[in-house]
Amino acid sequence: MTPYLSLAIWVPIVAGVVVLGFSRDRDAGFARWVALIGAVAGFLVTIPLYLYFDTTTSAMQFVEYANWIPRFDIHYHLGVDGISVLFVLLNSFVTVLVVWAGWEVITMRVAQYMAAFLIMSGLMNAVFAALDGILFYLVFEAMLIPMYLIIGAWGGPNRVYAALKFFLYTIFGSLLMLVALIYLYSVSESFEILEWYKVPLEMSTQILLWVAFFLAFAVKVPMWPVHTWLPDAHVEAPTGGSVVLAAITLKIGAYGFVRFILPIVPDASRYLSGFVITLSLIAIVYIGFVAIVQADMKKLVAYSSISHMGFVTLGFFLFSQLGIEGGLAQMLSHGFVSAAMFLCIGVMYDRVHSRQIDAYGGVVNTMPKFAAFMMLFAMANAGLPGTSGFVGEFLVILASVKVNFWLGFAAAISLILGAAYTLWMYKRVIFGEVANENVAKMRDIGSREFWLLGVVALAVLTMGVWPKPFIDVMHASVANLLTVVSQSKL
Amino acid sequence: MLAQLNYWAALPEIVILAAASLILLIDLFVPDERRYITYWLTQLALLFAICVTLTTLRLQSIKGYHGMVIDDMLADFLRIACFIAVSLMLFYSRAYMIARGLFRGDVFVLTLFALLGMQVMITGNNFLTLYLGLELMSLSLYALVAAQRDHPRGAEASMKYFVLGALASGMLLYGLSMIYGTTGSLDLDTVAKAIYGRHESTLLLTFGLVFVVSGLAFKLAVVPYHMWVPDVYDGAPTSMTVLIGTAPKIAAFAMTLRILSGAMQGAAFDWQGMLIVLCVLSMVLGNLIAIAQANLKRMLAYSTIANMGYMLLGFLTANRYGFSAAMFYTIAYALTSLASFGMIMLLSREGFESDRLDDFKGLNQRSPWWAFIMLLVMFSLAGLPPTLGFYAKFMVIESAINEGFVWLAVIAVVTSLIGAFYYLRVVKLMYFDEPRETAPIVVRGDTTVALSVNGLLLLVLGVLPQQLIGLCAIALTQSNFP
Repeated sequence: MTPYLSLAIWVPIVAGVVVLGFSRDRDAGFARWVALIGAVAGFLVTIPLYLYFDTTTSAMQFVEYANWIPRFDIHYHLGVDGISVLFVLLNSFVTVLVVWAGWEVITMRVAQYMAAFLIMSGLMNAVFAALDGILFYLVFEAMLIPMYLIIGAWGGPNRVYAALKFFLYTIFGSLLMLVALIYLYSVSESFEILEWYKVPLEMSTQILLWVAFFLAFAVKVPMWPVHTWLPDAHVEAPTGGSVVLAAITLKIGAYGFVRFILPIVPDASRYLSGFVITLSLIAIVYIGFVAIVQADMKKLVAYSSISHMGFVTLGFFLFSQLGIEGGLAQMLSHGFVSAAMFLCIGVMYDRVHSRQIDAYGGVVNTMPKFAAFMMLFAMANAGLPGTSGFVGEFLVILASVKVNFWLGFAAAISLILGAAYTLWMYKRVIFGEVANENVAKMRDIGSREFWLLGVVALAVLTMGVWPKPFIDVMHASVANLLTVVSQSKL
Repeated sequence: MLAQLNYWAALPEIVILAAASLILLIDLFVPDERRYITYWLTQLALLFAICVTLTTLRLQSIKGYHGMVIDDMLADFLRIACFIAVSLMLFYSRAYMIARGLFRGDVFVLTLFALLGMQVMITGNNFLTLYLGLELMSLSLYALVAAQRDHPRGAEASMKYFVLGALASGMLLYGLSMIYGTTGSLDLDTVAKAIYGRHESTLLLTFGLVFVVSGLAFKLAVVPYHMWVPDVYDGAPTSMTVLIGTAPKIAAFAMTLRILSGAMQGAAFDWQGMLIVLCVLSMVLGNLIAIAQANLKRMLAYSTIANMGYMLLGFLTANRYGFSAAMFYTIAYALTSLASFGMIMLLSREGFESDRLDDFKGLNQRSPWWAFIMLLVMFSLAGLPPTLGFYAKFMVIESAINEGFVWLAVIAVVTSLIGAFYYLRVVKLMYFDEPRETAPIVVRGDTTVALSVNGLLLLVLGVLPQQLIGLCAIALTQSNFP
């Protein structure tokens, strides 16, 4: 059997190391091509994961198992189920976009930039595929290093502060998770995540473990009130960094909820579900309002990400098939839509070098093709039916109405807020008279940018019109997850 | 008679002693411009000592000189670690020493004598042997710190080191004498039996224990016996700082293990409590004060203090797993620390120390490779995966949690977050800032190879630590520690 998961992890990492060999400035052209070949190869090896995926079972598939550190019973154990497989694909796909998006834009230390993204991509695939607690922790932390360098070295004026804040916030959360992982090892004598699903734990222990895991993943998602690193990181990061942060890194936090928190400490999760739902609603509604008043486009999309991720955590803690599938669908959709929004902002930023909304106006007059693409993505961000954004939000709202009407009502406010902040920004930036000479000088998108946005647009529409292939993959695994969660561990 | 003496138990010591004496003699006939002969002879002696230790490696432990020394797996393994550390230190500091007039025969000979002292600390099986080893090492180091004779800061550091070190030795000796008073022996095994057999805890024994722990804590450089560390690290020439900061820590670990576990395991409950206090104070204060440092050598000094605190976290569990975790931590720390000081010396030139944090600004633009090595060093010190430092922290935290000290583990991870802050600052300077100077970095070939291998080992052992973990476990199981 071909080790597809290992390939998905190691192809980008090896490509990244090779790219570093072209560090000299005059080799920048080679570096770009090697990076692109590496990213495309990295995506191609993940396609069999979808093609050969068996949707009828909830068991782990494409499993790889090898001894790593016998002293602590740590294994190189990889596998994907319906919950994680799509994120491996999404991640590898986004990596291609990022390399492509940075093609002409990045002129300084090209090789290091591309290498950082490729290595990061491999590490994030490993996060989604890891079935061993320490392997997971290892890659979960290691991926901070390339992201820290990306924000700090290629970011905006306040990049150093943003990079440090990003690093310290995320590491603060994950360090306590390390204690939790080792504690679980000391009770179960194993670092197998799937073994931990069966370990009986007392309620007080469960709550402490829950807090440790929750801090790690809530910071990553990020949930209100530990979200403040995200707007800074997004604003300062280069376009590629923002895309990866929004499309993949945030998903890792949410993925942690379904892989660790819900099945390992189910009783504490049920006991504390009200708390999480409250935080999620605050994120959805309050952060939605915050997004409306933003003057910086990247900040606006950053807040909209927090608001959208609120839907994901809300869906997970409703403990129903619809809710969890809705959350996962929202994660996938947000991966495409937020990536697209940041790419669009990047396209404008490359021309005018400003992210402020009031620096633009009437862009449609100079960039009609671009305006059409951005229209689609703005609609998807607002959750318009027919786009991918609608599927997840609809499922989650449906699930919440089943629990409590007012819960569903509060969540549905987001549809209005989402439309308000996204479309209002769109109107101010794109429509109207040409605002200033900078806008007048803007060229419309070239073929590289056209195909870049076109591919994402295709994904957004496909998932919006025909979500069945995506949802079907998740179905069996989510059902199994719910059975695990419904069994008390006390 | 000869059989009882078991000369072979101390063969590596004999090799180093003979080499040191021989090199002292040969050096007299070597003209100044051929000083590299002495240098390579020293390296050769270290290589030969490693080979001798490897060929006499055996699983069961033997005692020699009527029980005064013990040669077991632990001793062999730690001796080799010390040889490698000293050898690397010589590789890294060659250019540095030449530029500062330290490339002298007496420096090499004193280094070898310090190494001999460490070996005796590692193999001693009697309070007196251990004490002799400690003094031999310390006296050589005092002299080495002041080796740059016209350098007032070096002399000041040496004085401080000497006065405080003598005080600590005195405390240790005083404590040992009290233990001798209660148990009637200086032999570690006899003392261990006497302490296990005692009926009630004697006040005198506990009192002696307090002094012994204080003396050991001074050598390990943990709070509140840490005052000398920053001044000595900063004032000494960097080539001597790296000598003080690496191999002696391994030796001090061995001596602590031999005294506290080998002889006083019966009083484990008493010293556990003391070590907990030292451990928490070191982790918290070491990391907090390091933030405020602008000088890299001072920052690394406080980082040593904090790291020794983490090492104690494994040690204070008082069982074999904890000891092997602490041993792994010490070796991992020594390896990382060697590379960190190696980097400082790499960037130094004649008349320029490169020990300020700002000297690392924009290193990535001057040399991506050395910036990458320094990046690995910093992440390893911070204990972040995928570097060796992560498994070191992982193992000590694991042993603490296994022994029920979850709260200590939580303190350890929270303080390591503080640590991450100042290590990251170095990464920030290297990668995000513009270089202050553009002078090309000139490095000797052998130094390049040694330092690159050292740096990459931090990554390779961070991904595949199994062999090193296994060695640490074997060393302790074959040495009959509880």
